[in-house]
Amino acid sequence: MTHPAHFCQVSVRVQAETFDAVAEAQRLTEGRTDLGAVVTFTGLCRDEGGTLAALEIEHYPGMAEAEILRTVEEARGRWPLQGALVIHRFGKIKPGEPIVLVVTTSIHRTEAFEAAAFLMDYLKTRAPFWKKQHLIDQSAGDWVAAKDQDEAAAERWKA
Amino acid sequence: MKALYFAWVREKIGKAEEEIALPAEIKTVGELVAWMSHRGEEYAEAFSTGTVRVAIDRAHVKHDALIGKAGEIAFFPPMTGG
Repeated sequence: MTHPAHFCQVSVRVQAETFDAVAEAQRLTEGRTDLGAVVTFTGLCRDEGGTLAALEIEHYPGMAEAEILRTVEEARGRWPLQGALVIHRFGKIKPGEPIVLVVTTSIHRTEAFEAAAFLMDYLKTRAPFWKKQHLIDQSAGDWVAAKDQDEAAAERWKA
Repeated sequence: MKALYFAWVREKIGKAEEEIALPAEIKTVGELVAWMSHRGEEYAEAFSTGTVRVAIDRAHVKHDALIGKAGEIAFFPPMTGG
């Protein structure tokens, strides 16, 4: 189902710098009295049981932004969103630091929840980013392999 | 046309980008991938995995897609962002 065009605040950023999830969510909601829901998802770099020193995220400049925007447009076609923001970082990221932010706003909660989950599932399998591991023992780790479960998570939205 | 390589495709081939001149008979992305894998040992290693994904002018394409008048073709592993 495609929803009629309505104003939806869309913002996509691909950056090396970290971000403030609270401040970003606030920007989408401040001054608004019509919103019923804001969902904020932050993906973090985990230390993989204390073995990981950092992740190095490579991206395809230009396509990364374009692909995320295409995904946001697809989400807007499926749910009546009032706002959607995606920030994805690249470069070296240490455990505990944020990697990705998805914020969605809507009149009712279901749309914001579902659209945020959809955006994350699609970003993982479509947005041109690749993670390389740097391990604590100084060894150059491997490129992270794509997971079948991520592919399956994206597939569930096709039903 | 300009070819771009990312992540382990870039590492195996040993460069991030180059200009390539495609033979006229190469029409589809699948034919292009097969042709690329014969350009040398390092290309064979990258492309023989059978998992390389392709984007034309910054949009994903399947192996049966036509190359057409592509300006920029990128080759990369399955994505692991998010």
